[in-house]
Amino acid sequence: MADTPHGSVQDVKQALAEVGYLADEPAALVSFLAQRLGKPILVEGPAGVGKTELAKALSRASGRELVRLQCYEGLDESKAMYEWNYRKQLLRIQAGGEQGWQDVQEDIFSSEFLLTRPLMQAIASPEPVVLLIDEIDKTDQEFEAMLLELLSDFQITIPELGQISATTMPVVVLTSNDSRELTEALKRRCLYLWLDYPGAEREMEIVRLHAPELPETLARRLVEVIEMVRDLDLKKPPSIAESIDWARTLLLMGAEDIDRDTFKRSLSIIVKHRTDIDLVAERVGMKLPEPGRTG
Amino acid sequence: MSPAASSPYGPQADPGPPGMAAKLLGFCEELRGEGVAVGTSEILDAFAALEHVRWTSHDDFREALASTIAKSQDDRRVFELLFDRYFFRAAEAEAVARGVDESQGEGGAAEGEEPPGAADRLDLEELGERIREAMEAGDEDALRDLARLAIAAFGKGEGSGVVGVDVQRIRRTLGLSAGSQPPTEDGAERPPLDREQLTAFERHLRRELERDLIERTETLPPSRPLAELDRALPTSPTQDLAAVHRAVSQMKRRLATLGHEQRGRRHGQAVDVRRTMRASLETGGVPLRLRYRPKRPRRPEIYVLCDVSTSVTSASVFFLSVLHALHDSFRKLRSFVFIERISEVTDVFEHERDFAVVAQRISSEGGVADVSGYTDYGRVWLEFLTEISDELDPRSTVIVLGDARTNGRQPHAEVFAQIAERAGRLFWLNPEPRLYWNYGDSVMAAYERHCDGAFECWTTKHLENFVNVVAGGLPASE
Repeated sequence: MADTPHGSVQDVKQALAEVGYLADEPAALVSFLAQRLGKPILVEGPAGVGKTELAKALSRASGRELVRLQCYEGLDESKAMYEWNYRKQLLRIQAGGEQGWQDVQEDIFSSEFLLTRPLMQAIASPEPVVLLIDEIDKTDQEFEAMLLELLSDFQITIPELGQISATTMPVVVLTSNDSRELTEALKRRCLYLWLDYPGAEREMEIVRLHAPELPETLARRLVEVIEMVRDLDLKKPPSIAESIDWARTLLLMGAEDIDRDTFKRSLSIIVKHRTDIDLVAERVGMKLPEPGRTG
Repeated sequence: MSPAASSPYGPQADPGPPGMAAKLLGFCEELRGEGVAVGTSEILDAFAALEHVRWTSHDDFREALASTIAKSQDDRRVFELLFDRYFFRAAEAEAVARGVDESQGEGGAAEGEEPPGAADRLDLEELGERIREAMEAGDEDALRDLARLAIAAFGKGEGSGVVGVDVQRIRRTLGLSAGSQPPTEDGAERPPLDREQLTAFERHLRRELERDLIERTETLPPSRPLAELDRALPTSPTQDLAAVHRAVSQMKRRLATLGHEQRGRRHGQAVDVRRTMRASLETGGVPLRLRYRPKRPRRPEIYVLCDVSTSVTSASVFFLSVLHALHDSFRKLRSFVFIERISEVTDVFEHERDFAVVAQRISSEGGVADVSGYTDYGRVWLEFLTEISDELDPRSTVIVLGDARTNGRQPHAEVFAQIAERAGRLFWLNPEPRLYWNYGDSVMAAYERHCDGAFECWTTKHLENFVNVVAGGLPASE
């Protein structure tokens, strides 16, 4: 169902599941509301719970193109919105030597000389798109302020050209790792969604979806171990992506059960800090059965 | 009977005008009362969102409201607490207003649950057993019914009048507690109760007690603001550690760039002759505009002095975690702990990454509490000045973590002033609220004069605030 707003929350959930994203109830509801109300979604949560993936799945589910803006410190509007193509403008001035200044001036500040950057692309696109503004918390507050016009009215003001309004409503997803508090003004314009690590059942479904060859018993075992690991106080708990990677690794290793030996060998897939590795090996590894014993 | 007088919980609460819109506004009003910033635009969004979901689904309704109104994890938690309370009360208020009560209305639902009479109350042991089973099965509905049975078993209206007290009394009498369980009658071991299930049962008890109360008195108990404890997110010390690390890494970025840039522009800039000459070509060789050598952002060089005496015990862990995080982020960092004397612990932090071990080693081999174990700030400054002062230069930042309580000893503020003069910047983080500064033996004022900034700091929020101010921003609103 390309690009018709989904009829109900369940439809959205269904559509997301079809493209390989198992959304929980709140995520499906917020995605549904975002399409209905035309409001941006602000997704927060720990690293690796599928925030970015949600945007990608939305784009796949609705058949829209994904426009992605990766944020970093020091990102400014010339990299995010638009920039005048200075070289081309110079060429234009040199080429049309006999024209009057008035003509040239009008000409060089036209959309022909505009280099569009992700935000502008999303607004100007004739087809509706999904705009992903990833890790907005990495930018400065000034950049956030600049986004406000875009997020509330879906328009960008260029001094020389005037306002450019979106012809089609983009679905906007902003993600944040909560590394700093976002401004009230930004939050005010968004629907808020907190994504957390999934429950055992849902994680198992996700793992099974991405590694279908994995036997169910092993998948269950894997999810249990992952939960145990997440319960420890780690610097970086394993994300969903890492669970999936681990499942695939186990498949490659041809493991039949997660015993102490297998765990030790594949530990580095899910834990990526030296101190964490020690802690996990000590706390979780000991609870696993000895190799050779099935159980 | 007069409702207000008969309620043991206090005067009657205003049930408010009828209608969904009014209810929702009332809810938002309560949220604002709890410090959640709910703007008009949020309320409008909430109404817009509600047009698209089924109101009959409890979850959809709640999520739609939450996503439009509660815009952070903290807010979300307050929202959950209030949502349950508010809409439960709203429903009960409606029932009171319409004169619905269970004995006359829903005969079917009440059947089998109503106590047959005080004469044959249920056997408590059996009841406890059934509750245990329900908890193990995770059956919410059964738990709710059993909660009502439990209240009935204790007799309606015989409570102390304080819901919280009654809940705990009932729970204890039923022999329900987390942790190891008494064995069954035939001596078999029983698995421990799940703490979450227990909380769920308590919640049901609370709710049913409140429902009883409302039915009996036909009034609503007054709404009370949430306790600080309720609304705080459950955190573990290590989670806090992560938050401290986050704030500090932010501080690093800011210290490395923003702050210095601003400082550099003020004074003492060197003229770049080459670029000045180049620029003068525009004006026919007359150097109209001076070009300056760009100030290189300096590498932050940080000295941290951390009080670890008993008067700051509660804050020590926090301070040590700040130190720990600083060591993670800065290479040119020297840290000192002090009580009566000062001792450098840079090595400890550099060679040991596990926070628990660091804390343990500092307490065992810091060697800072010599005689009395009381802080001697004056002596600390003197020692610091003799040992370190040669290395202090305008590029260094000194951060003091301490409560400035000298235990009546000589504060040596003039020595402190010397340190402040040599160091580029000096900040003081005090683990006490500003209100307590300069009371008792605190001599904060004497030191504060020489600081570039003094801040109260005992949570990560304060730390972030400090970072913001250092970075030249506005202090975050509390």
